[in-house]
Order: sequence, then structure tokens, then C-alpha cells
Amino acid sequence: MTSSQKLSIGPLLFHWTPERRRDFYFRMADEAPVDSVHLGEVVCSKRAPFFDPMIPEVAERLQKAGKEVVLSTLALVTSEREMEALVGAADAGLLVEVNDVAGIPALKGQPFVVGPYINLFNEDTLKVFAGMGAVRACLHVEASAKMAGLLSMAKGDIELEMMVFGRLPLTVSARCYHARAHGLAKDSCQYVCGLDADGKPVDTLDGQNILIVNGTETMSHGYVELAAKLPELREIGIGRMRLMPQDADMVAVAGLWRDAINEKISPAEAGSRLRELCPDIPFVDGYWQGREGLSWSGDDAE
Amino acid sequence: MNDPYLELVCPAGTPAALRAAVDAGADTVYCGFRDETNARNFPGLNFDRREMKEGIAYAHTKGRKVLIAINTFPKAGNAQPWHRAVDDAHSLGADAIILADIGLLDYARRTHPGQRLHLSVQAAASNASAIAFYRDRFDVKRVVLPRVLTVDEIAKLTREVGVETEVFAFGGLCVMAEGRCALSSYLTGTSPNSQGACAPASHVRYDEEGGKLMSRLGGITINSFEKNEPAGYPTPCKGRFVADGKTSYLFEDPVSLNTIDILPQLKAAGVKALKIEGRQRGKAYVAEVVGTFRKAIDQLAGGHDGTVAAGALSQHSEGGRQTTGAYKKSWR
Repeated sequence: MTSSQKLSIGPLLFHWTPERRRDFYFRMADEAPVDSVHLGEVVCSKRAPFFDPMIPEVAERLQKAGKEVVLSTLALVTSEREMEALVGAADAGLLVEVNDVAGIPALKGQPFVVGPYINLFNEDTLKVFAGMGAVRACLHVEASAKMAGLLSMAKGDIELEMMVFGRLPLTVSARCYHARAHGLAKDSCQYVCGLDADGKPVDTLDGQNILIVNGTETMSHGYVELAAKLPELREIGIGRMRLMPQDADMVAVAGLWRDAINEKISPAEAGSRLRELCPDIPFVDGYWQGREGLSWSGDDAE
Repeated sequence: MNDPYLELVCPAGTPAALRAAVDAGADTVYCGFRDETNARNFPGLNFDRREMKEGIAYAHTKGRKVLIAINTFPKAGNAQPWHRAVDDAHSLGADAIILADIGLLDYARRTHPGQRLHLSVQAAASNASAIAFYRDRFDVKRVVLPRVLTVDEIAKLTREVGVETEVFAFGGLCVMAEGRCALSSYLTGTSPNSQGACAPASHVRYDEEGGKLMSRLGGITINSFEKNEPAGYPTPCKGRFVADGKTSYLFEDPVSLNTIDILPQLKAAGVKALKIEGRQRGKAYVAEVVGTFRKAIDQLAGGHDGTVAAGALSQHSEGGRQTTGAYKKSWR
């Protein structure tokens, strides 16, 4: 049996060079067995001018390859320029993912995706978004299986999406920690976030890898990895699985997920091959189990 | 909008702190019920329904206001405690209810159409369009601004949005956008958003190792202290971490917010109310901080400023150190 579950490539949260970014999306267009691909800068508006000029070309290539293109928008909007960018996104002719409620009035009734940065924790909030034109909602990083199941029962026509692979965006700030780590401030940052293609590791004093800073965003060091939970995700009614772009072979990651969804390989095999693809990165799935986010149920089995 | 009076909004984690705040000159006191419906859900804090009724009566007798914070995000499948909290806050006569969750705002607006609603800082509405969303959809009358904005940005927002703005004036400083931080839940499984507690004491441990005191949250090392160094609380964003081989307070130094030196600028920015953080603090803190800000605001209203020294409250600040945080652009 082939499942109708879909795969998406989430927004690229790191500051890659425009050329690397373009080549990444071209590869997604040509080689990745995914249904939708997110473009757009989510973390820092200072980065947007580098890649924005390439978005039309990349979007066209993705659409020609049959992919749905979703434009993700900024998580923390404070300046007028950032507000103007939101209004611009609404006029881009693409499905927009809103990561700050400011985007909802800007969309003037267009259908939209509720992004994972929005505090969507319960049925009542989901219903308010549905009434305003939400067609899809990617659940919050803290979402557990229990919460996802309860939201699914109330989802109506809204498709639910879940981040199933990659670093979790844990928090946003006005302050740039990448700049701060280099003794700089946000205004004079020299774009040092571009030095770390997968974010800058932040370790505890006793040497434990724990977090990642990525500009103004702080992320999990571990990659969330929910391949083993695929049957549960399916049963709950999660319609779309989101793979977050990392400094890894994302075509291979997408291929394993596609094969697992199509039941060509078992969820366990997908998991063990993802482990081989990312040998040095701890995997986490604690939030899904309703526990601390950094825990990993695979520890019990291994 | 041009009302020159700066309202002093003060924390009360207990009935005693409520009376201390009122007696020290608070115009308004904010507090919460004793459960996970509010963002300071710590053991031994907050109000049962009878205490809330008595507290409101005490404040109202003295001509002051009481705001009830119901500012966590209801859990899927269990909205009832939050709905009951809103209903009770309304029937007990709260002068306003402070909410963050969109579904709960919707419930409160539908169920109690005349009730005055404020938008909690936990909603992190940081721009005019977000504030307009809450204003137009739920008729919120005031928004508590997240601590990510500069004074200039606050002035511009306040001119644009047509609702009152309230800003933090003193106390513990969130360095991340409020209501948008999963650091504590990543380490402990307990979410400030859902359970109302950041870095809960139940997950905190201090271990002596090699002559040092290690502070841990959820078993993860947040800081280490020499014997003669005061040991701070292991809030994840206030810890010492290692990046590129360098050890530092990467996110924020152990400091507290203190705006007493920039009160004239905040007033000129048009903010309606100044908020003191600290529902988890005792009545001595409340009395002293509230009294100091009362004096500073009264002096400002009388045309004087700068006579209340910022250092006056340093003993109530983390590490004895103070900052104006995001209000100055250089902080970013």
C-alpha cells in the first residue's frame, strides 16, 4: 500500500551563500522525492537581500519539477522593513507560511500555513486560525503525540504537518548570539552566522553538546528524528512530514523517508540508515513522547 | 493616548505581597490563580479564589486595580481549567484579564463581551500588525510589549496601534522573545508556555565537584561557581556555555532589568504603564522596588528626574548588576 502522506523540505534556517542555497534548491527540484519545498528567510531579515533576487528563478525550477513552493516568513518581526517584507510575501503569488501573527492581517484573507513558530497548542486556537484561512499547520516543536492526536481530531479541513528531521528551532531573540560569540553586535555582525553551515555548537562547561546558535535563533544540537514513529504519525493523521535542511545529504534523507512512507523499507531501517548518514549527530525525539526534548527513545532499544 | 500619567503595575505572588504593593504605592497589582493557568506557577505562590476576592477588595478599597494573569497556553484536550479561570476572574471583578493564547482570547471575548482584556507579554506581539490583529479580533485594550524592542520602536508602535502599551521596568530579564522559548522544556520537559514554569525548582540540582559548585537543570550543567562566588539559579539563558573554545555567558550575563534611568524616555515614548517583574519574589522586594519606582514616577510627574539613583535597587538585581536590555539598540 502506498500512503498519501506527503513530504516537505522546511525553510533553510542557516546562512548559506546564495550560490550554495540556489544549488541546494535546484537539487531538491531535480532529485528529492518531496512534495513541497519552503523558500524564504525565517531567522534574520539582514540575510534576506542575499538570496531574495534568486527566489523567482528557484521557485520556477521547483514548480516545473512538480513541487509546491511555500514561502516561509520571518519568525520575529520588529522593524518597518521587516513588516514591508511580510506584505511583499503576501503579494508573491505563493502559499505563505506565517511565523508571526503579524502575517495574518498582511495576507488579507489569502489561504496560509501556520508555521511552527506560532503558539498553536490547542483546538480552540486551531479553530480560530481555520476561520481565518489556514489550510495547513506545522505543529510547534514542543508538540507531543498526545497533543498532535487531540489537534488532529479537531483539525477539520486543515492539514497537520510535523517536523520529523533536523535541528529544532527552540527560541528566537532580538539579540544575535552568533555576533555575540564573536564579540560583535547585531548591527555590525559581519554575517558571521555564515561561517557555520549547520549552526555554531554551544557546549556545557563539562563538554556536553547541547545547543546550537544560528544568528538570533537558538536550536537543539540534536536532530529530531521521528522515522520510527511513522506508523503513529500516520495513525494520528499527520498529513505532511517536514524535513529541515541540514548540512547533510538531504536528497538521501528525503529518499529514505519516501521509501519508508511507501513501505519499501521499514521505519526501523529508515532510522538506522539515517543514523549512518549523520553519524556524529545525536538524535532526539523527547517532545514527541511528552518528555524533555533532548531525550531519545532509541536509547532504550540500543 | 496623551494621558501623561504613568501607571505603576506591580507583581503579587501572595496576598501579603498584594497588600505590600498597594501600601507601597502601586496603581495596579497583577496576580494569578494557584495553578498552571499563569506563567508563574511555582510552589507556594499565587491565589486561591477566596484570596483573590479578598485581594481585589483590599485594592479596590484603596482605589487601586487588580489584573489577573491567565497567560499560559491551554493544553489540547483540557481547556477547562483555563476557561474556569477566565470565568472566575470575570465574576471576581478583575479590572482586566491578561491573556496570551488565541483560543482563550476568543473564549473570553465571546463569553464575557464587556470584560477588559490585556494582551500578555507571553503573546510576544512585537509589531503594529500583530498588535492590530489582537486589537481588531479580540478588542484588547492594552498590550504588554515583549522585551525585544528599543525605546524608539516602542514610541513608534505606541503612536500607531491605538491601544495602550505596557513595558517592563524592572526585574528578571527574558533575553528571548517571551512565550517563544523552548529552552527550559528542551532540558526538563516542563514548558513555561503550557505549565507556567521556566527552569522549575524540581529539576534543579547543585552538585559539589572538585571544589566547585555545579548548577544543573534537568541534569544538564548550566553553570559552575568557585567557593566564594555567589551561585546563581540555573535558568538556561543565564548560564555559562562554551562556544569556539571560549567560556562565556553566551546569551546574557546574570543581570536584571532596571529602567529607572530611562523613565523620561519611556514616558516620552507614550507608554501607558510600567510593569515590575517578580511574582515569585517576597513582599520585601515588592515593597522596596514599588516604593522606589513610585517615588521616581512622582518626581518625573513633578518635572524632576534623575534624583532616584539606579543603584538604589542593586541588591534586588541578579548578581547585583543591572541593564536596560533591548531598550537600547546596542544590546542586540
